[in-house]
Amino acid sequence: MDWGALHTILGGVNKHSTSIGKIWLTVLFIFRIMILVVAAERVWGDEQDDFVCNTLQPGCRNVCYDHFFPISHIRLWALQLIFVSTPALLVAMHVAYRRHEKKRQFRKGDQKCEYKDIEEIRRQRFRIEGSLWWTYTSSIFFRLVFEAVFMYAFYFMYDGFRMPRLMKCNIWPCPNTVDCFVSRPTEKTVFTIFMIAVSSICILLNVAELCYLLTKFFLRRSRKAGNSKQQPNHENKEETKQNEMNELISDSCQNTVIGFTS
Amino acid sequence: MSWGFLRDLMSGVNKYSTGIGRIWVAVVFMFRLLVYVAAAENIWKYEHDEFECNTKQPGCENVCFDHFFPVSHIRLWALQLIMVSTPSLLVVFHVAYRENREKHNQKLYRNPGKIEGGLLCTYLISLILKTAFEIVFLVLFYKLYNGFKIPHLVKCDIRPCPGTVDCYISKPTEKMVFLYFLVATSCLCILLNLSELSYLIFKYSIKCYLEKYMKKQQ
Repeated sequence: MDWGALHTILGGVNKHSTSIGKIWLTVLFIFRIMILVVAAERVWGDEQDDFVCNTLQPGCRNVCYDHFFPISHIRLWALQLIFVSTPALLVAMHVAYRRHEKKRQFRKGDQKCEYKDIEEIRRQRFRIEGSLWWTYTSSIFFRLVFEAVFMYAFYFMYDGFRMPRLMKCNIWPCPNTVDCFVSRPTEKTVFTIFMIAVSSICILLNVAELCYLLTKFFLRRSRKAGNSKQQPNHENKEETKQNEMNELISDSCQNTVIGFTS
Repeated sequence: MSWGFLRDLMSGVNKYSTGIGRIWVAVVFMFRLLVYVAAAENIWKYEHDEFECNTKQPGCENVCFDHFFPVSHIRLWALQLIMVSTPSLLVVFHVAYRENREKHNQKLYRNPGKIEGGLLCTYLISLILKTAFEIVFLVLFYKLYNGFKIPHLVKCDIRPCPGTVDCYISKPTEKMVFLYFLVATSCLCILLNLSELSYLIFKYSIKCYLEKYMKKQQ
């Protein structure tokens, strides 16, 4: 069980996402999870071993480390990524529920059901409308909230995003004020700023997706209120084109991300 | 053999679960298993190396660590995850056993959404066992470590430590945060199990009652 399993779970959701959602997923896997696993974990790997205090007093290092790093950056990032990925499961569950209902209809031999077999139901891509729209929009909203909360938690806990080289510690049992030196502060600062930057990009993508969905919703409503009955074919053609574009983007995303699972 | 094996087994169980059961599986994967593997395991990785006592007496650190941490939090956490996931296998075994026994009727449970008869009993038993294991482990955590707090400092006076010696635990705050996270997700899983149990009992009692009523009418 690792990040690869998360990729499998979220990959299923990818099919039913908008184009912006697919870009978000790619950014999440390549620029956040992959960087975390391949690089950041190594930078923070020896953080307590190489956290050195200018004293021989046993226990001083432990206590000072615990005071300055209540929760390590790397763990906060891992939690952030897990929480931010979780709302997508809401969409996955909703889609699974819909599929289940369609399968039930199909088994009952409902004549309204337009599918030829169970496989077609499994492969079908649902459009983001109706109750699925609400689920999808709430999942984006929760994603935004979690991203913002974690970014604020980072800022609050570490007084900004810089990692200082030296920290002064005077907690018992340290005798007086002791100098403690953090290992690899510059590298850690670089990675922290990188992760914050990518987090901000993800927030922007989520905001854009939210605006796109809201715009689409209001446009659809105004079209329905207007004379949409006159041109049903034109609307269908536009949506088939969007579907094809989504499929193309989804395929290219799958190709870029597929080498990631290990 | 790793957590991936457990994950694959659980995916098989998912097919015969109710909606709440699937939410339970998702919570276990995302908030317990993934957090364990991605974050928690590394916090406790060097706990013995980083456990430091204010003495040069050889053996004192070992003895004190062993006294204060008879079974490490992380090992208890792993055991809890395994024990809590295993009752779901009862359902899988039941289905496999029945389908094997009645070979002329291969697809006995054609409609996995409907849990009835013997399968319902097995499912209810698995729910009760899951809840019981969760509670047992929470109580075990509480009793072994006197609550869910991890102190910065513990005082140790076991031989061969000279007098009373101060011993410092590494990363106590981070460990405490993750322990609380474990307790919270455990309680959430208990709630989900209990609501699934009540839902199934309620649903099938109503069904039985209605069937009896219809029979009486006829």
